[in-house]
Amino acid sequence: MVDVALHSTAIAEPVSPSRIRTLARFRFRDNAFRITTRAAAISVLVILGGIILSLIIGAWPAIDAFGFRFLTTETWDPVADKYGALAPIFGTLVTSLIAMLIAIPLGLLITLFLTELCPKWLRRPIAIAIELLAGIPSIIYGIWGLFIFVPFMQTWVQPYLTEWFGWIPYFGNLFQGPPLGIGMLTAGLILAIMVLPFITSVSRDVFEAVPPVLKEAAYGLGCTTSEVVRHVVLPYTRVGVIGGVMLALGRALGETMAVTFVIGNAYQVSPSLLTQGTTISATIANEFTEAESALHTAALIELGLILFVITFIVLAAARYMLLRMERRAG
Amino acid sequence: MSAMTLYQRRKLKNGIVIFSALLATAIGLGWLAAILGTLLFHGAAGLSLAVFTQNTPPAGATSGGLANAIVGSVLMTTIAVVIGTPIGILAGTYMAEYGRFAKLTHVVRFINDILLSAPSIIVGLFVYDLMVLPHLPGFSGIAGSIALAFLVIPVVVRTTEDMLALVPKELREAASALGMPLAYVVGKVSYRAARAGIVTGILLAVARISGETAPLLFTAFNNQFFNWNLFRDGMASLPAVIFFFSLSPDEEWKALAWTGALIITLAVLALSITARALASSRKAS
Repeated sequence: MVDVALHSTAIAEPVSPSRIRTLARFRFRDNAFRITTRAAAISVLVILGGIILSLIIGAWPAIDAFGFRFLTTETWDPVADKYGALAPIFGTLVTSLIAMLIAIPLGLLITLFLTELCPKWLRRPIAIAIELLAGIPSIIYGIWGLFIFVPFMQTWVQPYLTEWFGWIPYFGNLFQGPPLGIGMLTAGLILAIMVLPFITSVSRDVFEAVPPVLKEAAYGLGCTTSEVVRHVVLPYTRVGVIGGVMLALGRALGETMAVTFVIGNAYQVSPSLLTQGTTISATIANEFTEAESALHTAALIELGLILFVITFIVLAAARYMLLRMERRAG
Repeated sequence: MSAMTLYQRRKLKNGIVIFSALLATAIGLGWLAAILGTLLFHGAAGLSLAVFTQNTPPAGATSGGLANAIVGSVLMTTIAVVIGTPIGILAGTYMAEYGRFAKLTHVVRFINDILLSAPSIIVGLFVYDLMVLPHLPGFSGIAGSIALAFLVIPVVVRTTEDMLALVPKELREAASALGMPLAYVVGKVSYRAARAGIVTGILLAVARISGETAPLLFTAFNNQFFNWNLFRDGMASLPAVIFFFSLSPDEEWKALAWTGALIITLAVLALSITARALASSRKAS
């Protein structure tokens, strides 16, 4: 096309009709392309708007019937057509909390290893291996969790947790109950492994953005590796690390299949982590296609709406933090 | 009793941190090895030609395969990519080439990042409301494909924008100086320079959706038989079959679920490793 344009200027003297036609065609295609790309960009907004709208419309019968009580009622009874979201919300928050409590230290320690200790040639292979954990489909975590990890927890972990910590007042309540294998703790542990790569990959990016001169200065003063990370790297990257953690939290909150396999699907709010529970996404996955009454479906969609609102807030906060970090890095 | 000197204490603390870092890395790698190991152990035994040629068996049958599920997965993934990729690339193009500093771009980038990490089960609910409930056309392969396409779009938008932003502006300026209209600059210069990156994004999107289960449960559902018709009846997919079979008491079904799990994991990991290799070869050149 370039030579067409050049060519036509070379021969056209004064402005020839063919040149005008070519330019008009260029202008038309240019405009058409710009408008198409703009429409595609806007369609991203339309998708989000459509999701929110359809969730609100679908959930309306339940919102209308239960109002605010929906959030604070524990009963979930399809037979009596009475629904309360407390147990799924509780389960979602608790499993995500367990996942974060384990994945944050684990992820930061792996990042510390990768950025400060690991020999250069080994960094990429290990980083890729950790990131592959994020590539494994969640259904695989589910089937692996149910058939391999649950028996392991049942035999080797949960009885000892009850024995060692069960007698402690208050704290011990977390580990009461028969060792079933499935339950909140197991689901939280599986979630921790699933979100680990999100924490390591974001924190590796921000750790590597720390100006070497800062770290060198600290090492020069005689700081140990752990002190450099604790007092130089972490303060400098705090906002970015929190952004990565929020991103991971967003994933943990919405994770469906892996949790559905190992949580036990029981509508109860119990202080013990060894008991069975349910999460918002697990409830939807289990019951949605089998919902008989219109109210049941609406209640499930309202659960989806609640989940979407929670993850939206968490993810928006994550983006905001990461954006602040990027700006600082220039 | 000699108290530890400050120096010894710091050294000890450092040692503990370094040891935990090594341990944490070992746990992460060990977990990956454990998952892949079990998949090979349980899945490889069932691998045979029948898996790829026979349909999923009814309960109690002693032989069967996953042919309909594999075909369904491939079909729905392909259609999702065919629908989602052009929209994603065009949107990314607008953000990087036309409206780099426009307000719309900032809003779209923010919303897109949210969609990128939003729970996929929500997308399943959305498409259920959109297509299944009003019988347009009910549980079907096309509903599943569209649900997956909604997951493809954010991934492709993100990588396309990032990759186009990396193209040096001097290239565009040179092309514009020769009299090229912007649409041609984008098509003939920017896309070419960013091609490897954009392909990486598409591969990552394929890797992401081919293992997705939650959005398919309410859209494509499942089907015991071969179904080439995208607009009628449900369509089987590997993840959905793994879900239903693994939770059943039937031993044959369970074995097939493990085999399916192995196939899908190998496929997804191969895709993500290819995408990564492609991305790094581009960076190196």
